Amino acid sequence: MKARVTVTLKNGVLDPQGKAIEGALKSFGLEGIDSVRQGKVFDIELSLTDKAEAEALLKAAAEKLLANTVVENYRVEILN
Amino acid sequence: MKSAVITFPGSNREGDVIRALRQSTGHEPASIWHQDTELPKGTDLVVLPGGFSYGDYLRCGAIASRAPVMDAVRAHAAKGGLVLGICNGFQILVESGLLPGVLMRNAGLKFICKMQHLKVGRADTAFTSAYHEGQIIKVAIAHGEGNYVADADTIARLEDENRVAFRYCTADGDTKAGNPNGSLNDIAGIYSERLNVLGMMPHPENLIETLVGGTDGRGLFESLSTIRGAA
Repeated sequence: MKARVTVTLKNGVLDPQGKAIEGALKSFGLEGIDSVRQGKVFDIELSLTDKAEAEALLKAAAEKLLANTVVENYRVEILN
Repeated sequence: MKSAVITFPGSNREGDVIRALRQSTGHEPASIWHQDTELPKGTDLVVLPGGFSYGDYLRCGAIASRAPVMDAVRAHAAKGGLVLGICNGFQILVESGLLPGVLMRNAGLKFICKMQHLKVGRADTAFTSAYHEGQIIKVAIAHGEGNYVADADTIARLEDENRVAFRYCTADGDTKAGNPNGSLNDIAGIYSERLNVLGMMPHPENLIETLVGGTDGRGLFESLSTIRGAA
């Protein structure tokens, strides 16, 4: 089973990297970009077959290590 | 005063801290490896030194904060033992939940390595008794992620409980103008609720000899050296 955990900064948390990327994109003259927030993607392969079990495991992984829930949100997706 | 310094893979200031502790206490600190599961009996102070544990992968301090030895550090702190985290050590302390908040990328995005003035907060703790309240000291900073952030309630609590240990400032004490990295309330270091855990981004351990820029960092280690059997 393949899964993806996406970690993003919570709204309101200053994201200087996102701001710098946003500035760079705008400097290319790409029209229509309002703002950029950057984050992290973890692609994870699992030996589990039960979807609910996998989701619980990944939630634990995100809470324990992948995300700092003081400033970050996370989303778990089972890909197949 | 019995101290122990923990080395994680990627720590690089452990030698500096050991030297500073040896100078102030006259004793050799114990060197502890991150995979150890206990601290030497009778340890009063545990130091998490600066560096780049685990290459700063994932988030600074995140992986080190889950190292086996950190359970022993948590237990030590829980029974009132002293814990000092400097730079990466501070990042490890916030990731481990021993101190609130988080250290984000510097507001200016650059790694900052320079001399920096600090204003000492209270001088009645185990870490600052050799300074006086409001004293301005000059030490070094060297970090890319030192921008202290916490929610408004946490910041208000830190201020109400007088738990800001050091603030960045200019040579004449202007905190706002002296803030190098965007930290909220110009925070350079904070205490835990019981004042036995201190996390700070600047490096007092590098300012203990006139030969290398000054001795303003000595006060912290001299304060600690007066502690007898605190744990």
